[in-house]
Amino acid sequence: MILLLILLPVLAGVISFFIRPGWMLRSILLATAGFHALLTGGTWLRQPASVLEEWLFLDAPGRLFLSITSLLFLVTSVYALGYLMREDWGQRQDFEEGMLFTNARESVFVCCLLIFLGMMTLVTVSQHFGLLWVAVEATTLVSAPLIYFHRHVRSLEATWKYIMICSVGIALALLGNFFLAVAATTATGHDHVPLLVNSLVNGAANLSRPWLKAAFIFMLVGYGTKMGLAPLHTWLPDAHSESPSVISALLSGALLNCAFLAILRINQVCIAAGLAEYGKTLLLGFGLFSMLVAASFIVKQLDFKRLLAYSSVEHMGILSLAVGLGGDGVYAAMLHAINHSLTKAMLFLVAGNILAVYHSKSTTDIRGISSILPINGVLWIVGFLAITGSPPFGLFVSELLVLKAALDQGHVAIAMAYLGLLGIVFIGMAAIFCRMVQGYPAELPTFDTSQLVPNRTVATASRFFHESPLSVLPPIVLGMLVTLLGLFIPSPLQQTLIRAAATVSGQ
Amino acid sequence: MKLWTETLIVLLILTNLKLISSSRLSACIRIVAVQGILLGVVPLLAGQNPLTWRIASLAGLTMILKGMVFPWLLLKAMRSANVRREMEPFVGYSASLIVAAGLLGFSIWMGRQLPMPFAVASPLITPMAVFTIMIGLFAVISRRKAVTQVLGYLVMENGIYAFGLSFAQQEPFLIELGTLLDVFMAVFVMGITIFHINREFNHIDADRLNALRG
Repeated sequence: MILLLILLPVLAGVISFFIRPGWMLRSILLATAGFHALLTGGTWLRQPASVLEEWLFLDAPGRLFLSITSLLFLVTSVYALGYLMREDWGQRQDFEEGMLFTNARESVFVCCLLIFLGMMTLVTVSQHFGLLWVAVEATTLVSAPLIYFHRHVRSLEATWKYIMICSVGIALALLGNFFLAVAATTATGHDHVPLLVNSLVNGAANLSRPWLKAAFIFMLVGYGTKMGLAPLHTWLPDAHSESPSVISALLSGALLNCAFLAILRINQVCIAAGLAEYGKTLLLGFGLFSMLVAASFIVKQLDFKRLLAYSSVEHMGILSLAVGLGGDGVYAAMLHAINHSLTKAMLFLVAGNILAVYHSKSTTDIRGISSILPINGVLWIVGFLAITGSPPFGLFVSELLVLKAALDQGHVAIAMAYLGLLGIVFIGMAAIFCRMVQGYPAELPTFDTSQLVPNRTVATASRFFHESPLSVLPPIVLGMLVTLLGLFIPSPLQQTLIRAAATVSGQ
Repeated sequence: MKLWTETLIVLLILTNLKLISSSRLSACIRIVAVQGILLGVVPLLAGQNPLTWRIASLAGLTMILKGMVFPWLLLKAMRSANVRREMEPFVGYSASLIVAAGLLGFSIWMGRQLPMPFAVASPLITPMAVFTIMIGLFAVISRRKAVTQVLGYLVMENGIYAFGLSFAQQEPFLIELGTLLDVFMAVFVMGITIFHINREFNHIDADRLNALRG
C-alpha cells in the first residue's frame, strides 16, 4: 500500500512525459490525484504494513502530513485543469517587461508535478534518515522545472536561486546525516544502529551526545533552508512569486511541511537522547526570527505573491516556535500545519485568479477586486482573515493554542513578542488586502474598462467577467475546510493529531 | 596502506588549493574531475576488510560520475555559454589562497575537536573532509560565474562524501546510490539552467541575476 502510494504518481509521471495531447495529460493528472487521495484516505481506515525492513512506515505524523499533501494535490489539480486549459501555449508577452516568452511543454509540467507528489509522499513515509534526505533533495530537483514553467528571465532567476540555495542547504543536512551515523556508531566502529527513527529513539541513551548535537544543527540548518526559516528563506519569496500559482500553492502548502517533518524527526531523536532543552533554544530562536523577518517584509510589500510567500515564512516560524515551546505547543503545531496549508493554498489559488484578470502582481495598482470578481473578492478577504488568525477560522484556534503553550511554560517575553509580531502582520496585510478588494479598478489589460461606468452596481460590473467554476471551486472548498476546522475537529483527526504530537515530542 | 591513504589525502587537499587559485574554468573543471577520481580510490585503500563487490562498485560508480560525467556536463555547459575565465571574482586569487590556508588550519583544529568515536583509516580524513566542504562553500560565495558555483557545490558534496567514506562500510548501499543519483540530477538540472541563463541573458554571472528583491 505504501509502495503503491509512491509508485503510482511516479509511474503516471513517467508515462505522461511521453504523451502529447493535453486532454490526456489532464485526465492522467486528475485520475492520479484522485487515486492517491483515495489511497491516503484508506490509510486512515487501515494501518498499512511497513515495507523494506521498516524503512517505509506510516506513523501518525507521517499520515497527517501525507493527508495534507494528498488533499492539497487533489484540490490544486482540479484548479490546474482549468489553468492548463486557459494557458496559451504559444509565444506571448510578459506583462512586466514586455519580453516574449513561451511555456514549458505541458507534458513536462504534468510529469514533474506527478513525480513531485511521489517524492513528497516518500518524504512522509520515510523512517530512515538517509532515505528521507534522498527524498527531500529529490523534491527540490523535480520542482525546479515547475518554477521555470513560464520561461522568462525572472522565473529563471528564481529557479537558479532555488536550486543553488536549497541544494547547498540540503547538502549540509547530508553532513548532518553522517554526523548522526557517527553518533550512532558503537565503540568498535564496525556496526551502528540503523538510522531508523524508531531504533534511534529506542537506543537514544547510547548515542554520542556531541555528535548528535552537531547532527541536529546541520539538519536544522539544512532542512530549515528548505522549510524557509529566516535567515535561510531567501529563495522562498522569489520561487513563490515567479512560479505559476498552482505550484506556489503546492510549494507553500505541501513542500514546506515536508521539510518541517524532517526537522521534527531529528528533534524527536534529540528529545529521546535528553537534549530537549538544546533543541528548544534553537527552534525558538529560528521561529521568532522568522516571524520578525516576515513581519518586516510584509508591511508595505509591493507584490502580492511575495506577500503570501513572506506570510509562509511567518507561519513556518510559528511552527518552529510552537515545537520549540513543547508541551501543548506540539499539538498546536500539528493543527497549525494543517490550517496553514489549507489557507495558504486557497490564497495562492485566488491570487492566480486575480493575476489572470489584472495581469499585475502589484499591491498598489490593483483595486476593486470585489467589483469585477465578486467571488474572488470574498475569498481574498476570507483568506486574509483566516491567515491572520481571526476567528472563527482554524488558524485562530491553533495560534491561540501556541500562545497558551507559551504562557503555560512561563515564557511571557516570548508570548508578548509573538502577539506583537502577529499584530504587525495583521495590520500590514489588512492595509494591502482591503485596498485591493475595495475601490474601483483602473485600466485592465484584459478588458476595456471604459465599459465599466463608476457608480454602477457591483452586479452589473461583474457580468463582464466570468469566474469559471474550476477556478473558484477549489479555493471555496479549502476555505470551507479551514472554517470547519476552526469550529469543530472531527474525532479521527483529533486522535491522529494527539498521537502525532505524542510521537514527535518523544513519548 | 596507511602511507597511500595519506598521500591521497594530501593530494585531495592540493586539488582544493589548485581549484581556488585558477582562473581558467576548464582547468577548474579538470581539477574537480581529478578530485572525483581520487575520491573514488579512497574507499579501495581505506577499507580494512577485503575488497567486497559493494565497495568496488561504489568506488567505480564514484569515479565514473564524479570523475567523468559531471566534468563532461560542466564542460558542455561552459562551452555552450562560451566563457573561458572567471574574471574578477569577489575575492581575488591570492587572497583566496590566504583564506584557504586559514581554512586549512581551522579544519585541522576542527578535526582535533571532533574525535571519531572509533578507529578510522587516517586521522587526516576528517580535517580533509571539513576543508573540502569549506572550500566548496567558499567557491559558491566568492565566485561570479554560475559554472564555478556549481563546481563549488560539487566540491562541497565531495567533502561530505569524503567524510562519509571514513565509515563507508556501514552505510546501506541503497542510500549511497540514492545520494549519488541525487547529486547527479542536481548537476544535470543546474547544467540545463546554466544553458537557459546563457540563452536568456547572454551571460552566466549569477550576481547579475538580481531583478527579484524586497
